[in-house]
Amino acid sequence: MSAPGKPKANRIGLPREAYTGGPSTLCPGCGHDSITNEIVAAFFELGIPPHRVAKFSGIGCSSKTPGYFLSRAQGLNGTHGRMPSVATGANLANRALKPIGVTGDGDTASIGLGQFCHLLRRNVELVYVIENNGVYGLTKGQFSATADLGSEHKSGGVNQQTPIDCCRLAIEMGCGFVARGFSADRAQMVELLKAALNFPGTALIDAISPCVTFNNHPSSTKSYAYVKAHEIVLHEVGFVEDAAPLPDPKLAPGETRELELHGGARIRLKKLAADYDPTRRLGALQALEEAEGGGAVLTGLLYFDASRKPFAEQCRLVETPLAGLPSESLRLPREALNEIMADLM
Amino acid sequence: MGSSAEVRTQAQAAAPATERVNDFTIQVATVNGTGSQSSNNVLMRAIFQMGVPVSGKNMFPSNIKGLPTWFAVRLSKDGYVARRKELDVSVCMNPKTARKDLAWLEPGGLCVYDAPLALEGVRSDVRYLGVPFAKLMERIPNADNRLRTLLVNMAYVGVLAELLRIEEAEIERALGKQFKSKPKAVSLNMQAVKLGAEYARGHFQGACGYRVERMQATAGKIIVDGNTAAAIGALLGGCGVLAWYPITPSSSLCEALIDLAGKYRVEPESGLKTFAAVQAEDELASIGMVLGAAWAGARAMTATSGPGISLMSEWAGYAYYAEIPAVIVDVQRAGPSTGLPTRTQQADLLQVYYLSHGDTKQLCVIPGTVQECCELTAAAFDFAERFQAPVFVLSDLDLGMNNWMSDPFPYPERPLDRGKVLTEERLRELAKQGKPYYRYEDADADGIPYRTLPGNAHPDAAFLTRGSGHDWKGQYTEDPAEYRHNLDRIARKYETARAALPAPVLEGDLEAEVGLLAFGSTHAAVLEARDRLDAAGVPTAYLRLRALPPHAEVEAFVRRRRVVYLIEQNRDAQMKTILKSELPPELAPRLKSILHYGGMPIDARTVVEAVRAGEGGS
Repeated sequence: MSAPGKPKANRIGLPREAYTGGPSTLCPGCGHDSITNEIVAAFFELGIPPHRVAKFSGIGCSSKTPGYFLSRAQGLNGTHGRMPSVATGANLANRALKPIGVTGDGDTASIGLGQFCHLLRRNVELVYVIENNGVYGLTKGQFSATADLGSEHKSGGVNQQTPIDCCRLAIEMGCGFVARGFSADRAQMVELLKAALNFPGTALIDAISPCVTFNNHPSSTKSYAYVKAHEIVLHEVGFVEDAAPLPDPKLAPGETRELELHGGARIRLKKLAADYDPTRRLGALQALEEAEGGGAVLTGLLYFDASRKPFAEQCRLVETPLAGLPSESLRLPREALNEIMADLM
Repeated sequence: MGSSAEVRTQAQAAAPATERVNDFTIQVATVNGTGSQSSNNVLMRAIFQMGVPVSGKNMFPSNIKGLPTWFAVRLSKDGYVARRKELDVSVCMNPKTARKDLAWLEPGGLCVYDAPLALEGVRSDVRYLGVPFAKLMERIPNADNRLRTLLVNMAYVGVLAELLRIEEAEIERALGKQFKSKPKAVSLNMQAVKLGAEYARGHFQGACGYRVERMQATAGKIIVDGNTAAAIGALLGGCGVLAWYPITPSSSLCEALIDLAGKYRVEPESGLKTFAAVQAEDELASIGMVLGAAWAGARAMTATSGPGISLMSEWAGYAYYAEIPAVIVDVQRAGPSTGLPTRTQQADLLQVYYLSHGDTKQLCVIPGTVQECCELTAAAFDFAERFQAPVFVLSDLDLGMNNWMSDPFPYPERPLDRGKVLTEERLRELAKQGKPYYRYEDADADGIPYRTLPGNAHPDAAFLTRGSGHDWKGQYTEDPAEYRHNLDRIARKYETARAALPAPVLEGDLEAEVGLLAFGSTHAAVLEARDRLDAAGVPTAYLRLRALPPHAEVEAFVRRRRVVYLIEQNRDAQMKTILKSELPPELAPRLKSILHYGGMPIDARTVVEAVRAGEGGS
């Protein structure tokens, strides 16, 4: 074995390479490429068959990345800001697919803010990753709606508009899985992704992902240096797949907390410096507000509530994917047409 | 003015010597929100049940309460169902419009009015009956004021029934149909009908000049609006996902579809559905959901009107280029902008046909009857999957929201056409033959590529659907030759579609040198106009377009005529613009436009007068 302790194949017998995609065309050092690798790792480690996955994205640097992972999964690189609607339709058509959407802060917080909010309201099953760098990269460096107040543009302009915090917004919109990660914190991101992939509804990961070309300067809160210096990791996130895992013997009672996901899987949160309860909505909002005021970046699972039904269940859909229904189930039967016609006579 | 008794004796036309039987138009003018719609439906249905061909036109405002609204019922023993402008019987209930309504009445016409309006004497060439409706309704026991206001509407139905000889039993039957689950409402409404009838019996002397007489012309027919018809079509077409945003005049299509799916697409034991309906946050989202669902393999649709189409433009181009099926019903209303949301037009043609930026052209089917609203909506799902493209169903408010008489819709005999989809098994066979699968390859030389659906486990199956430049393998490209190669294939696909979409319908005098060319809801008026032109010595051949891109038959039709009157309900002759760009240049001058765009449905007289003027007649 080249890397001892790391199996070459996952539980369905696939190598890591079965989860990779085409070569990236993003700038060397881009945070997005790290997230791409983290996504590959999460799917590989969970052993999800790639063809059962559906990838979605909008427009922008981040939205190119579905081409760089899981090339054996079908994907749809859509239009700017409209990824949520496509993912919603696809979920209604085929509930058996495991959907992941990758977008950016321009896609989510500007042009697609409406669709983002309504996706969360509906609780459509989807892992929604925002590769958040506070800047429009592909159009060369304009401020995005998550850019910091007072941050400086390369050509000298100062951003005077308040940033949108997608996590706070998501909590307001009723999202039951709200997390913030950092592209450079691989271990945390992979665990958050694995947990998100097991959440019955929309799971949001706002991933701070520095833009090395346009927004990695010291005044940016989305730069590598700033996040490394100001990150407060709320807890150590662990994804636990089995239904009844043994508690980690190294941890004292009260040091961990488990939150139930889908089908027996759990998120295990190991307490770090301070107490943080991700099931308290107001507490989460307050923590985010206070962190922002103090210039800190909170990462980890910010808010969790698995009590809402996912959208396909709200729609009371049959288990069989609608896309797989035979013609006989789709076309109105002859007797039904006769009945309707008789009623109109 | 003198007392009303004096006026009545002085200013009334004499009782007519002859009666018009089953060939006149009744208009009811009321205030929006007072509940006249159900009584108007009952009136129309009762006449229909007497075997007399009828059609109804609801001319309503963009308003919930307070603005004027009109409903016209046309009786036509000859079976004409187009709008008729001439009014013979007018029921004037709205103080704000009563004088104008009366002015529209034909000489010798009959005016029934709410007594306080004191219309008698305004014109001396019509006959009147003033009815103190509110007072009359006081005789209904145990009814509050709100209920009595509603019952007034049934009372005018009773007055008309008495004067026009509509059978009371048929009114009761029609009421039973209207208030299916509420037998109490039927008896209450019948009291109002009887009070109205009784009043007319006691206060109107002699014949009124119009009579409904039992016929046998509606046996086995149905009455339905085009939106309900399209909803039925959607279920016959196997629609599984509806995403929509409320907009007049298409909302009732979606609501009808949700109702029908709630009945016919529910598994009896579990109560679970095989149909998903989403009221989206806007039209951008509704079309996005449709594309997501269709991409994943379900049959999906949306319905909207002009403003919604504008918002869908971006995704429409995406679907054209990435080749994703979608069914989009555009129930057209009068534009531009918000325009007249409750009035009809055929003014979205250019916008829809070329919807989205870049070189796009969209596939459109154009129903001309309610039956076609059903059939072409059902067929649109086949076309969409066969051509892997959005298919627009161009209906309009007149067709969609008004009630039309029709033969019952036939059950489709052809199975669903799911188009070129490669399953895992088929990909394995192809791989064995050494043929790898590429998404945008023109394997059959018809411009239509093969697609695979998400979930397909074959290693060749997956590709990334994108709106950015791509080559025949589905890979991103900026290479001019690769980009053009793919774009040209899509153009070939549209030529395949041109021949496969519903062909135009040719009727009338096929040898005639004068041609009529029309489409959509204009059909009813053209049919009637053709007969009248025939009678006036102007024989015509009539070609009705049912799809865009236009079928090759259009060219042959124009070539055989000296002149072709192209009748459309828009200002800018939009269909002419399209045809001129597709026909050989020497034929274009033969097209002469007849344009009608005030927002009211076109009538036969408009067509007849324009053609006769064009032909040098009077």
